[in-house]
Amino acid sequence: MVVDAELGQFGDLLFGSALAVYVLAMILHAVEHGLLRRAEPAAEARAPVAVGGGADDVTVAPTGPAPRTRAERFGRMGVSLTVLGFGLHAAMLVVRGFAAQRAPWGNMYEFTAAICLVAVAAWLVVLRRHPDLRRLGVFVLLPVIVLMFLAGTVLYTQTAPVVPALRSYWLVIHVSAAVISSGILLLAGVASCLYLLRAAHDADPARLAWTSRLPGADVLDRVAYRATALAFPIWTFAVIAGAIWAEAAWGRYWGWDPKETTAFIAWVVFACYLHARSTAGWRGRRAAVINVVGFAVMVFNLFFVNLVVTGLHSYAGVG
Amino acid sequence: MTTTLPQAPPDDVGPPPPSPGPARRLLALARNTWRGLTSMRTALILLFLLAVAALPGAVLPQRTPSPNAVDDYLTANPTLGPVLDDLGFFDVFATPWFAAIYLLLFVSLIGCLVPRSFEHLRGLRVEPVAVPRNLARLPHHAEGTADDDPDAVVERARRRLRGWRVAVRSEPGGVRTLSAEKGSLREVGNLVFHLSLVALLGGIAVGELFGYEGQVIVMADGSEFCNSGIYAYDSFRPGMRVDGTGLDPFCVTVDGFRATFRPDGQPDSFDAAVRYQDAEAVQRGDGAWQPHGLAVNDPLRVDGERVYLLGHGYAPRFTVTFPDGQQRTGLVQWRPVDQATLLSEGATKIDPPGVTDESQRRRSQLAITGLFAPTSSGGGLVTSVFPALNNPEVAVDVMRGDLGLDSGRAQSIFSIDRGMVDQGRLVRVARENMRPGEQITLDDGTRVRFDDVQNWVSLQVSHDPAQTAVLLAAIALLGGLTLSLTVRRRRFWVRAAPGEPSTTDRRTVVSLGGLARTDRAGYGEEFARLAADLAPPRDEGPPAPSRPARDDDGEDDDGR
Ligand code: HEM
Repeated sequence: MVVDAELGQFGDLLFGSALAVYVLAMILHAVEHGLLRRAEPAAEARAPVAVGGGADDVTVAPTGPAPRTRAERFGRMGVSLTVLGFGLHAAMLVVRGFAAQRAPWGNMYEFTAAICLVAVAAWLVVLRRHPDLRRLGVFVLLPVIVLMFLAGTVLYTQTAPVVPALRSYWLVIHVSAAVISSGILLLAGVASCLYLLRAAHDADPARLAWTSRLPGADVLDRVAYRATALAFPIWTFAVIAGAIWAEAAWGRYWGWDPKETTAFIAWVVFACYLHARSTAGWRGRRAAVINVVGFAVMVFNLFFVNLVVTGLHSYAGVG
Repeated sequence: MTTTLPQAPPDDVGPPPPSPGPARRLLALARNTWRGLTSMRTALILLFLLAVAALPGAVLPQRTPSPNAVDDYLTANPTLGPVLDDLGFFDVFATPWFAAIYLLLFVSLIGCLVPRSFEHLRGLRVEPVAVPRNLARLPHHAEGTADDDPDAVVERARRRLRGWRVAVRSEPGGVRTLSAEKGSLREVGNLVFHLSLVALLGGIAVGELFGYEGQVIVMADGSEFCNSGIYAYDSFRPGMRVDGTGLDPFCVTVDGFRATFRPDGQPDSFDAAVRYQDAEAVQRGDGAWQPHGLAVNDPLRVDGERVYLLGHGYAPRFTVTFPDGQQRTGLVQWRPVDQATLLSEGATKIDPPGVTDESQRRRSQLAITGLFAPTSSGGGLVTSVFPALNNPEVAVDVMRGDLGLDSGRAQSIFSIDRGMVDQGRLVRVARENMRPGEQITLDDGTRVRFDDVQNWVSLQVSHDPAQTAVLLAAIALLGGLTLSLTVRRRRFWVRAAPGEPSTTDRRTVVSLGGLARTDRAGYGEEFARLAADLAPPRDEGPPAPSRPARDDDGEDDDGR
């Protein structure tokens, strides 16, 4: 297997650019968010006057472009940059794949980058269907940026082929399913976190006043549920495909290797979440807490189990 | 909107009997316990407990995959370690408390599932519920007119709604209605999913009872391994119902092994050339061997057993020529101490030939111990810099005396009995670095030659009679889950009323209503399409749902 080092470096360059563009996009979304704060009370105060009053209202309204449209402009720029970042990000994985001549998720650096790519893709799909959720941009991009930063620093590894045990088409199947579900679950986790904040504010309006600029709790709840309901069967498939591969590679389909154990725990926690969603008294806050726990287990699985615990899955190639 | 749906009757309506006797109270207790156990809330809590109980299995080393890590942990944590050990934290998945949780969960699951299945079967035969009086209050609603009469409208709707379960009814005043339901596959999926979970657990249990796993090291020089009994293995882990008799006696011969490495020492590929005879061929004894290339990710499947290539290593071959001219050759696997460079250690033990006197034999046994480097760094101190056989060298201590092989104590094949050395009954007679072909001469004239190096492979034989069943259960589980999470249960109603005779517009008034019973997305669009087909707008303008088109209906109202 030949590894094209130059191409690999080009991939790293793309990775850096994607990260930088995401940061810019997040800043734009943050500005959008900041403008919303000032915009909303003012807009509410002005609205009845503008409807009921006559021409003299014009002097009351602030001059210059209305804050709402400015927020919108920043938001739209943020989305455009997110799309651009997504393009660079996707190109980076393609280039890495060509450089190593294998699926580009053979180590933690690539794996994390791929998860983030799916999370951004899921986010863009949500945006397409519900443009009014754009104001969540900053909260979706933040964890993506943090994860990518960690991937590019702590987890970074040079382009290289993988060890023999990892060279199987089940790698592609198992890991792509894991990547896709993790990326979507990232979005679900963000939505549930925001739901909890927003619900706390709804219960006591004095707390967390800034969350009043988020979409309503019911909307956040629904985003979280749909993302989880979509990702859960994919995750289930990832676990099953992993078991099939383990049977061929390690001699047993399940062996309570730390990674397998954590995958199982995450699976059970998400099953809990889906149950809670349909159990009286457990919808809403409690279900959201469970979903956040599930997300935490996924992150734990990615970092702790790969880096700290050594098992058969320690392919991280770190250090 | 729940009011439009049939409500399950409350379980106990009547007041409790005035003073129940002890037997009745016991019965009531049992019944309530059962109800409690099979409730959704209990299932939820048990499920959560399962996740929490599995947690130590993720953060602490476990005996089953990694016994050495457990020992390391116990030495590193002399106070906490034993306490955790007593609680079973290093064997979480075999502890009674873990078993208690999943057994309760599955009892709850079965108790929940059986009545639900029956209920579902009954539900399939019940006609779709009647059309609500006020369709305009439903989340999806549209109204329009048709030029034909109510019967024709309903007939059209029936044709349009192929694949739905429909019921047509009449209301006073010549009004015709149609109720339609779709998506009962969701419930089917849910049941299939949960039943498959039970099947999956059953399959795992059968595997635990009747399966086994054995490991053995075989020289890659044409040596043979036969699955004839436990004794053929270096280590063997039987299932609870396996006593080691009646194994399928297939045989495997390892003809060669090849490992390739990348320049940085990372392994690139492992391949073992083997031949095998299945049990039948062995019994026939006609000697027909099938060739097979054994590689990582590519086990040999024979007779319901699987043979895996787990690892490999080196065995240095030594020939000892005794002063009387007799020769003995020793070829034993040495074990890698560093996986990256395959620096290996071991002890090749040799009995002097033709010595009949026991005490003399005990004084003249030989052991060649030390380190082996496949690619030696070349210095005085032998270390390995690469895992391939590029520049092999051994650093040996030749020991002579009593190896303690007759002491009755079990001895590692990788080392000598240190006790014998400490007692002075086993003494070092030479220390030397050797390359293949080199030899040393001991004080008594015995010559020890390092001939060459042989590869060995470690094989694992696994047997699990329920493995295929588990896979099938997993596939059914996935299918059921996907159905249950993607199919939307939805209802659709049509009411076709003849136009008012008093007005000039005598056309049929068509009102439509829709309700999704689960909070999955997308009914809004489907409803709009149905509405456009069945009730063209009365006035200009699209037959949009009268409420803002949120593509969901908020609550899933069939949870319990
Ligand atoms: C072995 C443990 C269990 C697991 C892993 C599990 C998993 C799941 C999952 C993932 C779902 C979501 C599917 C959906 O929303 O349609 C679900 C739904 C459901 N489960 Fe379980 N379950 C378990 C045990 C139980 C038990 C013991 C009960 C009965 C008390 C139960 C009753 C239900 C019901 C009624 C639903 C449907 C909820 C709905 O319609 O949304 N489950 N289960």
